[in-house]
Amino acid sequence: MLDLSPDEWTAIRLSLRIASVATLAALPFGLAVAWLLARKSFWGKALLDGLVHLPLVLPPVVTGYLLLISFGRQGPIGKFLADTTGLVFSFRWTGAALACGVMGFPLLVRAIRLSIEAIDRKLEDAAATLGANAFKIFLTVTLPLALPGVIAGVVLCFAKALGEFGATITFVANIPGETQTLSAAIYTFTQVPGGDAAALRLVAAAIVLSLAALVVSEWFAQRAGTRLHGG
Amino acid sequence: MIEVDVGKQLGAFSVAVRFASDGKVTALFGPSGSGKTSVVNMIAGLITPDRGRILCNGKVLFDAGGTNVPPHRRRIGYVFQDGRLFPHLDVRGNLDYGRRMGRLAPDPGEWERVVDLLDLRTLVERRPGTLSGGERQRVAIGRALLMRPQLLLLDEPLASLDAARKAEIMPYLERLRDETGVPMIYVSHHGGELRRIATTVVRIDGGRVAAVGGHELLTVADADALG
Repeated sequence: MLDLSPDEWTAIRLSLRIASVATLAALPFGLAVAWLLARKSFWGKALLDGLVHLPLVLPPVVTGYLLLISFGRQGPIGKFLADTTGLVFSFRWTGAALACGVMGFPLLVRAIRLSIEAIDRKLEDAAATLGANAFKIFLTVTLPLALPGVIAGVVLCFAKALGEFGATITFVANIPGETQTLSAAIYTFTQVPGGDAAALRLVAAAIVLSLAALVVSEWFAQRAGTRLHGG
Repeated sequence: MIEVDVGKQLGAFSVAVRFASDGKVTALFGPSGSGKTSVVNMIAGLITPDRGRILCNGKVLFDAGGTNVPPHRRRIGYVFQDGRLFPHLDVRGNLDYGRRMGRLAPDPGEWERVVDLLDLRTLVERRPGTLSGGERQRVAIGRALLMRPQLLLLDEPLASLDAARKAEIMPYLERLRDETGVPMIYVSHHGGELRRIATTVVRIDGGRVAAVGGHELLTVADADALG
């Protein structure tokens, strides 16, 4: 069943790379935004909250199109980044990672925010009296205690990134070896005569990958739970 | 020497207290809800007063005119009623936390002294979740001492313990007073407890200082004293 052709392997590897890079790149921003939303009150908080959640409620095609006109070669942000850092998103795997990261971001922030809100603020006060500034409190108290939620958020974001289709194909198209992810490859195979077998093989691969991600996250979450509450 | 002259509106309740003390153990004594904890939270920097000044050993910690030293720079140890040990660190990690955050060099001599003073040696590898209430409070006191505080705040440190546990901790608090040079502010509504430990008594009632003096102030409203 899983006797995959080189092209199919390429799509799988690419999907894994895009989902991993998307999740890792989103994580620092996700932590910062989740902490801001959970612990600070500031002007425009509701707006930030809304912006973060937008990709969850917008049609993915709309998110992809917005990325295209802002991060594309002619888009203001895309042009600026290409000119200053040489980082190009349009029709590259990096663009696919950006689209996947944006789509997974609300799930990442939501899980981390909830776990930070569940932490007793009094522990953070205690850390402050012991000489820890805000950043050290975050690193030594908030983050370790929020770890199960951070892991949950990372897994949700990774799973979303692995399966993202609409925003990715709108933003960076469907180029084999560059932007053709697992989902896009399955879609392509269903559109060509005789592609059913290949589509099925990739479907099986998608199921295996998703299950593996779940098992790994469950293992991490249990370890984190033991570290927090065990003897 | 601690000098407090602060005011703070907390909802419908207002706290306005003024006292100064250079006693070894200054008791803030008064009924529950009289504003004692708010006062120590202002000294620690966890609540910002609306007006007034707080000085510790001649240094301004807070002045409504502009100074507000953040809590992590005040070097004031705080033992909370509910312990507040970090559940993800073992006892050693909790004890060392203040030294690490303050970037103090390890001081094995001081560490040994505090561990012996509070009998923590058998506990150092354990997690807070496995400790009894009394053991937890001893660790919390050790943690606050090891940050080398210029002042130690103890907010009802025995309130969450039963009578037997209280009796178990009390000798440690007396040793703390007699063997370390750290001045303490000890909050309690419990006259009997304070009679054993306090050197100066500030009686607080309804968010105001009712009287400042010695143990004679503990005789009033002392019906709940058990000793």
